[in-house]
Amino acid sequence: MKALKKYLDKIKPNFEEGGKLHWLWSTYDAFETFLFVPNTTSKSGVHIHDARDSKRTMIIVIIALLPALLMGMYNVGLQHYMAVGLEAGVFTKFIYGLLAILPQIIVSYVVGLGIEFAVAQVKKEEVAEGFLVSGILIPMILPVDTPLWMIAVATAFSVIFAKEVFGGTGYNVFNVALIARAFLFFSYPSKMSGDQVWVRTRDTFGMGGGQVVDGYSGATPLGQIGVTEATSFSEVTFTGITGQPLSISDMFFGFIPGSIGEVSTFAILLGAIILIATGVGSWKTMLSVFLGGIFTVLVVNIFAKNAVMEMPPLYHILLGGFAFGAVFMATDPVTSARTEKGKWIYGFLIGLMAVTIRVFNPGYPEGMMLAILFMNAFAPLIDFYVVDANIKRRMKRVTNKV
Amino acid sequence: MANLINIKKGLQIPLQGASEEVSRGSVTSEFVRICPEDFHGITPKLAVKVDDRVKAGNALFYAKDHPEILFASPVSGVVTEVERGEKRRILNIVIKADSEIEYEDFGVKKVTSLSPEEIKKSILDAGMWFLIKQRPYDVVAVPDKQPRDIFITGFDTAPLAPSYDFILEGQEADIQTGLDALAKLTSGKVYLSISTITKSKALREAKNVVITEFSGPHPAGNVGVQINNIKPVNRGEVVWTLNAIDVALLGKFFNSGHVDLTRTVAICGSEVKQTGFFKMLIGTELNSIFKGNVTEGISLRYISGNPLTGRKIDENGVLRAYDSQVTVIPEGDDVHEAFGWASLSPKRYSAGATYPKYNKKFRLDARLMGGPRAIIVSNEYDKVFPMDIFPEQLIKATIAFNIDKMEQLGIYEVAPEDFALCEFVDTSKLEIQRIIRTGLDLLRNEME
Repeated sequence: MKALKKYLDKIKPNFEEGGKLHWLWSTYDAFETFLFVPNTTSKSGVHIHDARDSKRTMIIVIIALLPALLMGMYNVGLQHYMAVGLEAGVFTKFIYGLLAILPQIIVSYVVGLGIEFAVAQVKKEEVAEGFLVSGILIPMILPVDTPLWMIAVATAFSVIFAKEVFGGTGYNVFNVALIARAFLFFSYPSKMSGDQVWVRTRDTFGMGGGQVVDGYSGATPLGQIGVTEATSFSEVTFTGITGQPLSISDMFFGFIPGSIGEVSTFAILLGAIILIATGVGSWKTMLSVFLGGIFTVLVVNIFAKNAVMEMPPLYHILLGGFAFGAVFMATDPVTSARTEKGKWIYGFLIGLMAVTIRVFNPGYPEGMMLAILFMNAFAPLIDFYVVDANIKRRMKRVTNKV
Repeated sequence: MANLINIKKGLQIPLQGASEEVSRGSVTSEFVRICPEDFHGITPKLAVKVDDRVKAGNALFYAKDHPEILFASPVSGVVTEVERGEKRRILNIVIKADSEIEYEDFGVKKVTSLSPEEIKKSILDAGMWFLIKQRPYDVVAVPDKQPRDIFITGFDTAPLAPSYDFILEGQEADIQTGLDALAKLTSGKVYLSISTITKSKALREAKNVVITEFSGPHPAGNVGVQINNIKPVNRGEVVWTLNAIDVALLGKFFNSGHVDLTRTVAICGSEVKQTGFFKMLIGTELNSIFKGNVTEGISLRYISGNPLTGRKIDENGVLRAYDSQVTVIPEGDDVHEAFGWASLSPKRYSAGATYPKYNKKFRLDARLMGGPRAIIVSNEYDKVFPMDIFPEQLIKATIAFNIDKMEQLGIYEVAPEDFALCEFVDTSKLEIQRIIRTGLDLLRNEME
């Protein structure tokens, strides 16, 4: 490490003001601070600082995302080998999934971080770490067969127009990853929904080639119930891609078609535990999303007129992006409500909206994305009223005295 | 029976190097330096010239806008130098101290028989008025404004802070005199806050005051937190604030007729070899204490005050006017820690749970431990800010200098020190105390 530090110190002058590589200063700084804790000491105010910084915070979120990512990768392989009717070991399935998803993660990081580095350079600021999380979230909430160029376009769009134009990490109104997904959802609906996109049937880098078996259908469970002709939920059987019935445990562990990150509620739960234990994600937001969702489902169940309306709360939580959104998207501190009371309201309304969209708009079987983006827009309003209560109390103190 | 207020939010940072409660005698120095920047909110005008002789208690300078506020020399001797900085701002007034201090005699006064005006004038003339500060703005109190109440904190909860019980031992009479004097200066009440662990009888059994007991972590000892929990400051009101040590200094003045600005100072911090308490005057050079008594071979940060709100000094620095603590910690600019964001090292301390918890005391240095960012993490400040105020929203309003919002969110109730813990835990490494200080100063310019 010492030699590396020496080398960094040696090349540093090139990047400083007047050096010939000064246009790469932000990039240099990002790598240097990634390798070594900056030794800048406090100039004003407190003389000691907490060891937690923005990098630590973001790295915890990424660790929390890993279980869902790894389970998702395995599931991509699992679904693929089921679709083509080939036998394969657990490891092979995982490698297939890894190879399918890795290019997407790389594309999203290269495009997003490229823009971040460039903007930081122009603004003469340090590179903020926010995109480290967004960059991994974007592939995780997209169908596995999304073309790489779409990921590149959507990432560029959302980083520039959802984040940088507002001032960068910490200033954005909408969740960056969700804007990328929404952009694709409305621009290329055929690649983002339907029953053709959730399972990769072709080979990946020559791995796992084959013909799709008879009776294959790639519809997600939520897609299935969205178009079902059954009149009551008891007549509905969710089926996997080869027509096999799906058990609750399949849905819980994530052996169903769907976006990479969202399928395994089990893995998401692990992530939630990490986020809550480290205090990085707000348990209030998570819990209130679930409460809001369950409450709405129970109300809808009472007035049920068809199979979707009859679907019990457990299925709503296990299927689709509900749990993933609640744990990883709704808790984004920048776009969520920032006051503690506000978080209860914010989360509850997300749960309520998500279920409402799912149940009453069969065109959008996936309500979570829209619900969170919608509430992103209202989070400042919620905070406004929470803070206003405090202001009113203070103003009252003055008038009471007079 | 005292009211008990339990402060739940806050943080006790477990630092190494708390001072042993041992008296290690007195320290004097050949030269004594007074820094007018210690007294926030006044513009100093010199009352002496180089080569003038002063006695302890004679004015060195006064406030430009309030010429009645004098600032006493703590020693007798000859003014040898006035160090100036940019725009001829006075940095230091240097006095070559006599070996035997000669005090200006103001005469022993019986506080109970003095009128409020006489008390005020006595303190002003003695150059000790700076001991009284005011909210709003956290500045030296303006004498002609009537305070609604006077708040006194009787304990300090800051990291490594010395125990008031120890410092105030044997000063029972001075404390009561000081409290009696202050009681005459307000038509409201004098509120004295003590901790549940306060033992000092002088504080526990003080008369002529309303005693409130506090329990809980730092910043429970901050007078701002106490005011907010007892009787918040509203727009248009002024309260005065002091700590019990300064009350004793005032009391001593009335009881002895001398201006004796001797403080009992804790020398502490992880880099001090032998900690302990020294008696010394304000402005005393500290190098004789530091010499041979601090870690060698690494770069050090010397602080007059505590590690959260103290002022950075160097090894030749002096004791600043309001401090009863001098702390030495590692500077840290010679440390190159690899992959800090992945570290599980037991050397790192975090108030949150993103690092493993180690039940031990820490040796923290002055590094920021990260780069400045926009405010990202929410509910971080709230956890260490035990006031009925939204800290994040107030900080943002102050950055934007939106006066209406600042007033509405409670800017009149706060001082920079109340935000010290917010600044410590801040993931975004913002200079929050500086932001609040600048905001308060700008606001005062606008309003007065």
